[in-house]
Amino acid sequence: MLKLTGLSKRYDTGDLALSDITLEVPAGQVMALIGPSGAGKSTLIRCVNRLVEPTAGSVMLDGQDITRVRGAKLRQARRQIGMIFQNHALVERLSVMENVLSGRLAYTGFWRSFLRKFPSSDVKQALNLLERVGLETMFDKRGDALSGGQKQRVGIARALVQNPKLLLVDEPTASLDPKTSRQIMRLICELCREQQLAAVINIHDVVLAQQFVDRVVGLRAGKLVFDGPPSGLNEKTLTDIYGEEDWSAAGTEQEESDEPVASTGELLKPIGQGSHP
Amino acid sequence: MSRTLPDSGVDAQRLALLKDGVWKPLPLIRDTRWRWALNASVLLYIVLAWLSVDVNWARVAQGMDRGLAFIASFLQPDFVSRSGEIFAGLKESLTMTLAATVIGVLLAIPVGLGAARNISPLPVYFVCRTIIALSRTFQEIIIAILFVAMFGFGPLAGVVTLAFATIGFMAKLLAEDIEDTQREPLEAIRATGASWLQWVNYAVQPQVMPRLIGLSLYRLDINFRESAVIGIVGAGGIGATLNTSINRYDYDTSAAILLLIIVIVMTSEYLSGYVRKWTQ
Ligand SMILES: Nc1ncnc2c1ncn2[C@@H]1O[C@H](COP(=O)(O)OP(=O)(O)O)[C@@H](O)[C@H]1O
Ligand SMILES: [Mg+2]
Repeated sequence: MLKLTGLSKRYDTGDLALSDITLEVPAGQVMALIGPSGAGKSTLIRCVNRLVEPTAGSVMLDGQDITRVRGAKLRQARRQIGMIFQNHALVERLSVMENVLSGRLAYTGFWRSFLRKFPSSDVKQALNLLERVGLETMFDKRGDALSGGQKQRVGIARALVQNPKLLLVDEPTASLDPKTSRQIMRLICELCREQQLAAVINIHDVVLAQQFVDRVVGLRAGKLVFDGPPSGLNEKTLTDIYGEEDWSAAGTEQEESDEPVASTGELLKPIGQGSHP
Repeated sequence: MSRTLPDSGVDAQRLALLKDGVWKPLPLIRDTRWRWALNASVLLYIVLAWLSVDVNWARVAQGMDRGLAFIASFLQPDFVSRSGEIFAGLKESLTMTLAATVIGVLLAIPVGLGAARNISPLPVYFVCRTIIALSRTFQEIIIAILFVAMFGFGPLAGVVTLAFATIGFMAKLLAEDIEDTQREPLEAIRATGASWLQWVNYAVQPQVMPRLIGLSLYRLDINFRESAVIGIVGAGGIGATLNTSINRYDYDTSAAILLLIIVIVMTSEYLSGYVRKWTQ
């Protein structure tokens, strides 16, 4: 469904952030993209919805080459792709409902959106999603009145109200505490499975990724260095991705969480799809 | 002067002093000789400047009398004998001010959007920055003289002058505010596939609206004060009334007019503070 071919990006500063990435994500697959800071994870997902213009290569979404479209065609492509940001990216002076409904902008004419007169089916869907993320009573609150985790939930609702085929998720848990991180990650993955969405999730936390996704792709310095099931991650592959390190300590930061988490040893054992049969 | 360690770039002398617990921030100019030369030249400039001021004390004494008469008239301002002219002038000024502010702000919004580097393509950016520069280069009085020559005496020249000055002022500050917006919400709304106008309405406007309202009210103040000044060169309003009274040495009426201007500016200052708090 999503197919990247020879995708490269060189920024104006000369940094080669992505080099020749070829990758296919079938419908309904939840894929984690891991790699050290600066590996090019954000650049990759931003090339998919053209927040960043790729330098070379193509991005096919259901047979349409997104890198070649402009104007209205580009906006139509973008509305099929939901995006969830690291720092929630809510418009903080807008209400929760306005933020969620902004996901419907590409389906709505200018004056309707300007006057905030969205069709009632859109409003109902927005409310359903707010219920799904547990914030139905917050709809009139202003964005800046919410906590970090709540903002992230609103961001999730905004992405899903687009009825996307593909979800791009950029480090959704990087600024959250361990417990909220797990809840947010679980929510995103459950929603993807409910709605048969494909997803590309950039994530720092390997343990968290292993527990929730179907497939892991490792990026290092803009190159694809790992592609396989979560169980394929071991001392050697982690070293390929992140460089030399004592991996047996990787799980310790999760210990504050009050939910059962993977212990140190478990990280290196293949983890089955226990939590998601 | 002070030795520097080969690779680290650390000043050995300062490091040694630091170890004894002595630390001073780095001086702005490293080299002591340059520092002294600069200080000496500033001093020299002040002395020369003082010596070159040539005051005609006789003229000052004469003018002092007139100034004192002007100030004395504030003790007995005359609101009554010219009340008709004063009222008409104030009404004209307020109308000019409001019209010019509304027109100016409306025109400043597109220019401000175009002049924000983070959201505009380079050619648009340059055009808009040029408009701003043009509007801000000339003082209101000079613009007023030009427009009075074009449109004749009266409030029309005043409105056009104030609107023109408002564009530069508002567009520049609006553009700076847009450049300070958070980038992620802008990207998030773009990523939904929103059109450009929807994007401005949902992502940019909420972030800059409070400041835009505050600045518009501030500009309303400024325009009212300016309307008193540009009236003197023929652009209508209370300035014209004030100018007439001064030319007639009717300082009691001038004082009344100035007091009214002060009251109006203070009232609007108070009101705009209140509105600004409410829009946050
Ligand atoms: N806007 C930009 N301009 C120039 N270089 C950038 C820009 N964004 C990212 N880069 C560079 O591209 C590389 C990849 O960055 P990024 O995609 O943000 O990595 P990640 O998300 O994996 O941390 C880094 O070397 C970074 O410095
Ligand atoms: Mg990143």
